[in-house]
Amino acid sequence: MEQKFLNSLKEAMDIEAHEVNMTDNFRDYEEWSSLAYLSVIAMLDEEYDFQIEEADFRKLQTVEDLYNAVKSK
Amino acid sequence: MSAAVPRRVIKNYEYTQYFPADQVKEVVDKIGIYERRFADEATCSSDLCYAAAEKLLTDNNVDRSEIDLLIFISQTPDYRMPATSIILQDRLRLPHSTIAFDINLGCSAFMYGMSVAYSMMQQGGLRKALILDGETRSKVYSPKDRRTAFLFGDGGVAALVERDEKFGNSYFSLNSDGSREGLIKIDAGGYRKMSSAETVKEHVVDEYGNIRSEEQGYMHGADVFNFVIREIPKDIKALFEYAGLDKDDCDYMVFHQANNFINSYLAKKLKLDTSKIPSTIHKFGNTSSVSVPLTIVSELQGQLDGKKRLLLSAFGVGMTWATAIASFHDCKISNIVEV
Repeated sequence: MEQKFLNSLKEAMDIEAHEVNMTDNFRDYEEWSSLAYLSVIAMLDEEYDFQIEEADFRKLQTVEDLYNAVKSK
Repeated sequence: MSAAVPRRVIKNYEYTQYFPADQVKEVVDKIGIYERRFADEATCSSDLCYAAAEKLLTDNNVDRSEIDLLIFISQTPDYRMPATSIILQDRLRLPHSTIAFDINLGCSAFMYGMSVAYSMMQQGGLRKALILDGETRSKVYSPKDRRTAFLFGDGGVAALVERDEKFGNSYFSLNSDGSREGLIKIDAGGYRKMSSAETVKEHVVDEYGNIRSEEQGYMHGADVFNFVIREIPKDIKALFEYAGLDKDDCDYMVFHQANNFINSYLAKKLKLDTSKIPSTIHKFGNTSSVSVPLTIVSELQGQLDGKKRLLLSAFGVGMTWATAIASFHDCKISNIVEV
């Protein structure tokens, strides 16, 4: 599940130049933008049937934070 | 049905006076909005609707004395009072016996207008109803706020409704959630926070350097998107179930033209046949409540002969969202008028 999540996130954010690791702060990625955010929301809904409000999403910093939020649904 | 759009075309790739061209291109490609129409300073929603209505009444030789109901749908009216529908009654030379009122709702409003008109006509006593739906959203949003600067455009439509057994049943699901009033909003200019010198001043409003005044609209796009993917598929499925129909029973499916990203995602999620989904997002942008009927007029001219069934779906400021399964029988569509 973990590897699949990382791959999906990478694809959603259109990341090609580097790997995505659990400890990364995804907001620091060069590819992170308000548009990437929409793609991530779509991916979470489509693959995990997971929806999150913007206020809650803002609290998430690392890839692992996001992964845990999805897992704990 | 008929529609009018402003003559002035805004090309989004060239809408670069406040943002760098490469950033603009990235946003434009993602949202799929390449052109929009902007009304000039002197042109209001009502002027676009007036032009559309004149075209419709003339093309179809409609006897104006038979129009018993006029509904004007807009959140960009001429004045705070009187209601714009009343002014249009006179401009369109409709009789004093015409019932006229405004519906002040956003993107989902055309289906509200249809539902109200259909309900009132079902009681009998009303011969013809004119639904006018117009917006000049270009005047609502700040060109210096990148979250909304590339989305919105202007337009007006007119739809004539008649009562006849041959039309069969139409179904509506209309919904509201006021707890989300802050997702799309203009804070000032009403009576909660009245206009003042302060409310028209521009401010930097976030860490990205977006600029707007309190009298300009804002939108939390990500939350709107979240809301849409949660509520819209559910509502569409529920209405199909209520009506005892399914998506294969519909000839066309017309969605609110918010942006291409949302619409593609909805089509994918609902597993819809995209050849049945007309789109105008690339050339008119998001025209709020006008977008569903404008898409019908623009893309389905000549396609609505005989008996057709359309799924209509829209969502927006409020939040409100609406789904309709509507019968169209020999619906005549006029050419779009440029104003």
